[in-house]
Amino acid sequence: MDLSPDSIIYWKYGFFKINATIAMTWGLMFVLTIGSKLIVRNLSTEINRSRWQNLLEIIVTKIEKQIEEIGLSDSKKYIGFLGTLFLFIAVSSICIIIPGFEPPTGSLSTTVALALCVFVAVPLFGIEEQGVRVYLKSYTQPTVIMLPFNIISEISRTLALAVRLFGNMMSGTMIVGILLSITPLFFPILMTLLGLLTGMVQAYIFSVLAAVYIAAATRVRKLEPIAKSNVKGAKS
Amino acid sequence: MLIDWFTIIAQLINFLILVWLLKRFLYKPILHAIDERETQIAGKISNAETIELNAKKESDELQAKIKEIDDQRATLLAKAATKAETERERLLEEAKKEIAFFTEKRRKDFKREEKDINKRIIQQMQNEVFAIIRKVLLDLAGTKLESQIVDAFIQRLSELDEDKNNFIKSLPSSSNSLDQGIIRSTTQLTLKQRKAIEDAISENFNIKSELQFEIVPDLFSGIEFIMNGQKLAWSIEDYLASLETKVHDFLNPEKLAP
Repeated sequence: MDLSPDSIIYWKYGFFKINATIAMTWGLMFVLTIGSKLIVRNLSTEINRSRWQNLLEIIVTKIEKQIEEIGLSDSKKYIGFLGTLFLFIAVSSICIIIPGFEPPTGSLSTTVALALCVFVAVPLFGIEEQGVRVYLKSYTQPTVIMLPFNIISEISRTLALAVRLFGNMMSGTMIVGILLSITPLFFPILMTLLGLLTGMVQAYIFSVLAAVYIAAATRVRKLEPIAKSNVKGAKS
Repeated sequence: MLIDWFTIIAQLINFLILVWLLKRFLYKPILHAIDERETQIAGKISNAETIELNAKKESDELQAKIKEIDDQRATLLAKAATKAETERERLLEEAKKEIAFFTEKRRKDFKREEKDINKRIIQQMQNEVFAIIRKVLLDLAGTKLESQIVDAFIQRLSELDEDKNNFIKSLPSSSNSLDQGIIRSTTQLTLKQRKAIEDAISENFNIKSELQFEIVPDLFSGIEFIMNGQKLAWSIEDYLASLETKVHDFLNPEKLAP
């Protein structure tokens, strides 16, 4: 039994290779892109619209609303990144019901890649929102002593993101694999259903945590002037 | 090894490409469609509000116009009623006048007709009375009615008092300027009768001029003396008047009723 779809290699040339993770990701990318394109092709701006368009609108508006609720007011700016995170993880989790499908999120490489994306995106959005100096200064808050702890926090939370998703997805697949060898008929179906639920929850957790990190990184500057004015008020 | 660095890099790139693809084919078009729809709905709501406002305004205007028309109708009805009443009174008055006019005309016509009938009856009675008297006189006394009338006229001329004085007063002082006196009778008078009349007039009125004798068949079986616009006459008309009254009463018995 393979612990990760990385080990299923279809093609290899030196350092380059195409394994199940990459192939399944391409498959998901194809399905998501073509599906979106097909539905979006006949977009209606009137009140009457197709059911598929309605479904997409519900998904997109829900994601947008969720981002806003987390505290990112300009949700349209972040929906590309956060929405894609959610959709990719959610769709890859749903697709486990397809026989022979290996979820790419069950690979630690994928989850690390996604976590790295978040790890890079958080400071990028933070710097874009409040500038390099202010953002970097936020690592020394409340005192300079906290700098190493903040950095460790950044790294550890990224690691946690990756491992959490990997662990959940991998465990689901693993449990189904183990149960198939013990009780091959009924029980694995229940576990697959549980895996679907776990997958959706993980997609939600991953994207919400990423949103929270971004919100935390972009919100510092907004709180800064209030803190300064409070200090001045206390001195006078 | 759980971590494959090539796969990590590949998945990183894949993920970034997916982000770009979904942005390009999913989020942008869908959000754009939603925004456009919201704008359209907002526009429609705004239009609907404008239309509602206009409708309310028009409704208010219509209500005001309806009220105005109602008021005008009420005023016109009141005017029409007043006019109709005036017109009715006028027509009624006209009708009353016409009725009065025609009633009066009918009454006059009836009177005139009655008078004509009376006149014809009297004429006929006179003729009959004359014929009877003439026959009776001739049968019993052997005298003619005309000679008796002349005698009666002469007798009356001598008996006149007040009438005679009035007649004389009306005459001019100079007898030369006198008009010729006229004696009218129904039949031809004899020379003797003429002489007797001339003598009686000369004696009673002191008139010397000659008289002119005329025959007038329509005269009420009598004799007249006309001079200078004055007339003295004797006829059986007075005798017939009482008879006429009695005949009239006989023809209109309702007048006698208490």
